[in-house]
Amino acid sequence: MAMIDEPLYPIAVLIDELKNEDIQLRLNSIRRLSTIARALGEERTRKELIPFLSENNDDDDEVLLAMAEELGVFIPYVGGVEYAHVLLPPLETLCTVEETCVRDKAVESLCRIGAQMKENDLVDWFIPLVKRLAAGEWFTARVSSCGLFHIAYPSAPEMLKTELRSIYSQLCQDDMPMVRRSAASNLGKFAATVEPTHLKTDIMSIFEDLTQDDQDSVRLLAVEGCAALGKLLEPQDCVAHILPVIVNFSQDKSWRVRYMVANQLYELCEAVGPEPTRTDLVPAYVRLLRDNEAEVRIAAAGKVTKFCRILNPQLAIQHILPCVKELSSDSSQHVRSALASVIMGMAPVLGKDATIEQLLPIFLSLLKDEFPDVRLNIISKLDQVNQVIGIDLLSQSLLPAIVELAEDRHWRVRLAIIEYIPLLASQLGVGFFDDKLGALCMQWLEDKVYSIRDAAANNLKRLAEEFGPDWAMQHIIPQVLEMINNPHYLYRMTILHAISLLAPVMGSEITCSKLLPVVINSSKDRVPNIKFNVAKVLQSLIPIVDQSVVEQTIRPCLVELSEDPDVDVRFFASQALQTSDQVMMSS
Amino acid sequence: MLRVGSNLFLKMIPHGNGIVGAPPPLEWKFSQVFGERAAGEEVQEVDIISAIEFDKSGEHLATGDRGGRVVLFERTDGKDHAFRKDKEKMDHAIAWHPEFRYKTEFQSHEPEFDYLKSLEIEEKINKVRWCQTANGALFLLSTNDKTIKYWKVQEKKVKKICDMNLDPSASVGNRRLVGPIGVGTDFVFPPGGFPSLHLPVQIIGHETNLLPRCRRVYAHAHDYHINSISNNSDGETFISADDLRINLWNLEICNQSFNIVDVKPVNMEDLTEVITSAEFHPTHCNTLAYSSSKGTIRLIDMRQSALCDTHAKLFEEHGTPGSRSFFTEIITSISDIKFGTDGRHILSRDYMTLKLWDLNMESRPVATFQVHEYLRPKLCDLYENDSIFDKFECCLSGDGLHVATGSYSNLFRVFGTVSGSNEATTLEASKNPNRRQAQTPTKPSRSFTSLTRSRRRGADVLSADANGGVYDFSTKLLHLAWHPTSNVLACAAANSLYMYYANVPQNDAQ
Repeated sequence: MAMIDEPLYPIAVLIDELKNEDIQLRLNSIRRLSTIARALGEERTRKELIPFLSENNDDDDEVLLAMAEELGVFIPYVGGVEYAHVLLPPLETLCTVEETCVRDKAVESLCRIGAQMKENDLVDWFIPLVKRLAAGEWFTARVSSCGLFHIAYPSAPEMLKTELRSIYSQLCQDDMPMVRRSAASNLGKFAATVEPTHLKTDIMSIFEDLTQDDQDSVRLLAVEGCAALGKLLEPQDCVAHILPVIVNFSQDKSWRVRYMVANQLYELCEAVGPEPTRTDLVPAYVRLLRDNEAEVRIAAAGKVTKFCRILNPQLAIQHILPCVKELSSDSSQHVRSALASVIMGMAPVLGKDATIEQLLPIFLSLLKDEFPDVRLNIISKLDQVNQVIGIDLLSQSLLPAIVELAEDRHWRVRLAIIEYIPLLASQLGVGFFDDKLGALCMQWLEDKVYSIRDAAANNLKRLAEEFGPDWAMQHIIPQVLEMINNPHYLYRMTILHAISLLAPVMGSEITCSKLLPVVINSSKDRVPNIKFNVAKVLQSLIPIVDQSVVEQTIRPCLVELSEDPDVDVRFFASQALQTSDQVMMSS
Repeated sequence: MLRVGSNLFLKMIPHGNGIVGAPPPLEWKFSQVFGERAAGEEVQEVDIISAIEFDKSGEHLATGDRGGRVVLFERTDGKDHAFRKDKEKMDHAIAWHPEFRYKTEFQSHEPEFDYLKSLEIEEKINKVRWCQTANGALFLLSTNDKTIKYWKVQEKKVKKICDMNLDPSASVGNRRLVGPIGVGTDFVFPPGGFPSLHLPVQIIGHETNLLPRCRRVYAHAHDYHINSISNNSDGETFISADDLRINLWNLEICNQSFNIVDVKPVNMEDLTEVITSAEFHPTHCNTLAYSSSKGTIRLIDMRQSALCDTHAKLFEEHGTPGSRSFFTEIITSISDIKFGTDGRHILSRDYMTLKLWDLNMESRPVATFQVHEYLRPKLCDLYENDSIFDKFECCLSGDGLHVATGSYSNLFRVFGTVSGSNEATTLEASKNPNRRQAQTPTKPSRSFTSLTRSRRRGADVLSADANGGVYDFSTKLLHLAWHPTSNVLACAAANSLYMYYANVPQNDAQ
C-alpha cells in the first residue's frame, strides 16, 4: 500500500471507488473520469486507464451509460486527436451490450470521436471497428454498427467503400429484425455520405428491399427514410424512385405504415416538386385524410396546415378543404381534436375570402363540439384567425363556447380555459372583456376545486398586467375585496392569495390604501389557517410598501400574531418579523 | 374417435422415401425427474409448478411455481453444437437424447396487496416466456396475475479487487471529494500526472456466478388476471392478455402499453365470454390469436386497425344441437392455444378434447383428439368438485407431427397428427410412464354418477372407472412443454418435473 499525499487523498478515493461495491460511488467516479485521467497524466491514461475501462464492461447499465458518455469527450485527456483511437476499444465493447440506451450512447460517442479523427486513422482504426461490429456474433453489435457507417464511409478508399456498401446491404437483410430496423433508420444518414452514382444504384436497391420487408416495424422506418433520401436525389430521380414507393406506402395494408406516411408526406412534397405533388401526393394525402383507421386520420389531420402551406391556395381549397369539412364532423373526437389544433393556421394560407366563406363555418362547428378538447384547441389558436379575419366574426360564437367551457364539470377543462383567458383578453380587447368575461373570472375564485381557485388568482394578476392598474382598480379589486367576507375560510384564503399576487402589479399606493387594510382585518379571523396566511401575505408585502407602513401597520399586526395561541400562526408571524428585520437592516 | 383427416402434414414426414401414411408411434422413455417426491411426502403448495417453457433453441427450460419462483434448466450436452446437430440429424434410433440440469433459480414475484382495491395479489407465476438471447445472457418474461417482469440471467466472473490506493479498512467517509478539483482552487495537475496514484488491480477468477436481474417491470395495466404473455417475432414487442383485454407492449418501455383488444361490455351483466389465452403468430408480426370461454379462436390482423376489436378470422366448430347438456358451455371453453412452428396451425385444448385447426379453415378443426372421453359420464362430479374448471395446457412437437396434453391421475396423452395415424399414447408422469398404457379404457365406461353423487364433496377425488382403473382428480397434469427440435417432453406433476424422450423407432419398411 503506497502512501498517498494529503492533497491527493480525494483523488485516490475517487480512483478506488471505480471498483466500489456501491453503485452510486462507482457512478460518481465514472462521472469524474476526466479528473482521474488528469491525475494519472495522458500517457498513463492511455496505457492504464483506458484498458482498465475496457475490461469494465459487465458493470451496471447506469455505470456503463455514464462511461459511454464520458468517453465521447475524452480526446483531450488521452493526448489529443492523434491518440483518439485508443478510445475506440472500450466504446466498441459498449456497442455490444444489450441495453439499448448504453449502445446508443456508445455509438453517439464513437461518432463524435470519429468525426475528429484524421483520415488515415479512420482507415486504420475506425473502419475495422465498424466491420468487426457489423460481423458481430450477437445482434447487438450489428445493430450498433449501422449507426457508424456515415462516419466511416467518407474517408474510406475506393475498395473499402465498395465493401462498406455491400456490408450495409447485408445488414439490411439480416435475420434479426432489430438489425434491419437499425439499418433502416440509419439509411438516410449513410446515404447522405454516398456518392450520387452509388446512391442511385446501391442505396436505392437497399431501400427497395427495406420497403418490401415482411416486418411492419422495418417498413415503418423505411418510410422515414423516404423523406431523407428524397432530399438527396435529383427531383426527377426522386419522382422516379421515391414517389412510387411513397404512393404504395400510403396504401399499405398496415395502418402503422400509413400513419408514418401521413406524418412524413409534406416533407416529400418539397423533395418532388410541385407537379408530382399535384398529381400524386395530393391524392395520396386525400386518401389518408379519409383513411379507415382513426389513428391515420389523426396524423393526417394534424399535418393539414403544414401540407396546405406548400400547396398553392387553389389546390388547397379544391382538394384539401372538402376533406377538412368532413373531418370536422369525424366520428372520432381525437381526429376532430387534432384538426382543431391546427386548422386555425390554415386561415393565412387560404386568405380572407376563402377563410370567411369556407373555414369560418368549420371553426364555428368545432367551437360547438361536444368534446371539450376540440373547443379548447380552437380557442388556444385564436390569435391566428384574428390576424386574418378579425375577431368580430367569431365573437358571437366564441362567448357561448367560453362560457360553457368555464362551467364544464371537469375541472381540468375549466383549468385549461382559465389559462387561455389572458390570451383571449389581449385578442378581444378591454371592451368585450368587461361585458362578458369579467364575471366569469370572479366566479372561478369561488370554484370548488383548489387548482381552479389558484389558477383564477393567477389569472387576475395576468389580467391586471395586461390591462393596467387603473383598469384593475375598477374591475378587479372591488369585487375581489368583497369576497373576503365569504363565510367559508378556504375562499377567504384564496382572496388572500389573490391579494398577494395583485399587490406587486398594483403598486405601493393602492396596496396601502386598498389591499393592506383588508389583510390586516383578516388577522382577526377566527380560523388559524387564515391568520398564518395573513402572516405570509404580510411578509410578501414588506418589500412593496414604504418602510413607514411596515413600521406602523404591518409589524404591530405581526407582533400580535406572534403571540397567537396557535403554534403555526406564531411560527409564520415570527418568520415574517425576521424578514422585516432583515429588510430594515439592509436599508 | 372423431378424426377429420387431411394430408397437410405429409410433406413434413422426415422419411421421404415413398412411404405414404402414418409413421410408427413414438416410444416414450423416462429420462429425468427434478424434485421427485419421496413416498408419503406432502406437496408444499408453493412448490407446485404453474408454468413451463422451452426456449426457442431448446438449450434451456424454465419453470415457474406458485411460490413466485422461476427455475432454469440447461442442456448438459451444452456447448458442442456441431457435434449434437450431427446426432440429431441421424435418422436411425440411437440411445441418445438431450438431458437437462438445474441451472439457477430466482424469486420472480412476491405476494402483494393492492390497498386501493383491497385485493391480495398472489405471487404464483402464470406464464414464463423466453426472449431473444443476447451476449450470452438469457432473457425471459414472467408474469403473475397482475405484473409482468423482464429478467436477465447472466454469468458473471467472480472478480477480486486488490491493490487499492488507500487502505480499504481506513475510514474515508468524510474525506470524499466534494467540489471540482483544480477549478477555483490552487490545485494543479502536473503534465505527467501523479506517479503515486494507480488504478486498482482486478483479478478475474475462474468461478462464475449466475446473476439474475430484473430489468423491467410492466405493471398496472391489467384490471383482471393475466392469463397469457407472448412475444412478437419482431423482437421488440409482446402482448399480455387478461380475462377481458389484450395489451401490446414494447419490451423497452414499461410505463406505457396499448390496449388492442377489449371485450368488456359496457354493462358487466352482459358479459358472456372471456379471453382465456392469447398468442402471437411465430413469424407474422401482425397476426395474433386469442381463445375464448365460448370455444372460439379469433385471429387478429394488427395491420387493419389500432383497436383490434374486429377479428380477421373466427375459428369455431358448431356442435350438433342434440348433444348439448348443462356442461356443454363449460367444457367447450378453451384453456390454451398454441401456434405450430409452421405458423399454419393452431392447437387448442378444451376440457375434453384437443383440436388442431388449419388457419385456412375456420368452420371446423382438421383433427380432434379425445383426451379423456371416459370422464364424460362423470362431468357432474367434476363440476361438483370444481375440476371441470381446470385449465389444461397443450403443446405441439417442433415438426408438428405430434401434439400432447395432460389429464388427471398425472396422465398425459400424445397424439399423432399425420392423417391416418392412430397414435394415441397415454403416459403417466412417473419413472415408469408406460405403466398405465395397457389399461386405458377405449370404450366409453358405464356411468358411476349415481354412485359418486351420494358422496360428500372432497371425498370424491378418487373415482374408479369401469375397468377398475382409479382416477385421481387431485393429481392433474396441467402444464407440459415439447422441446422445439427433438422429441422431449417436460411435464409438471405437482412439484415434480418429469422429462421423457422418444426416439423414432426403426421402421421395417425402410
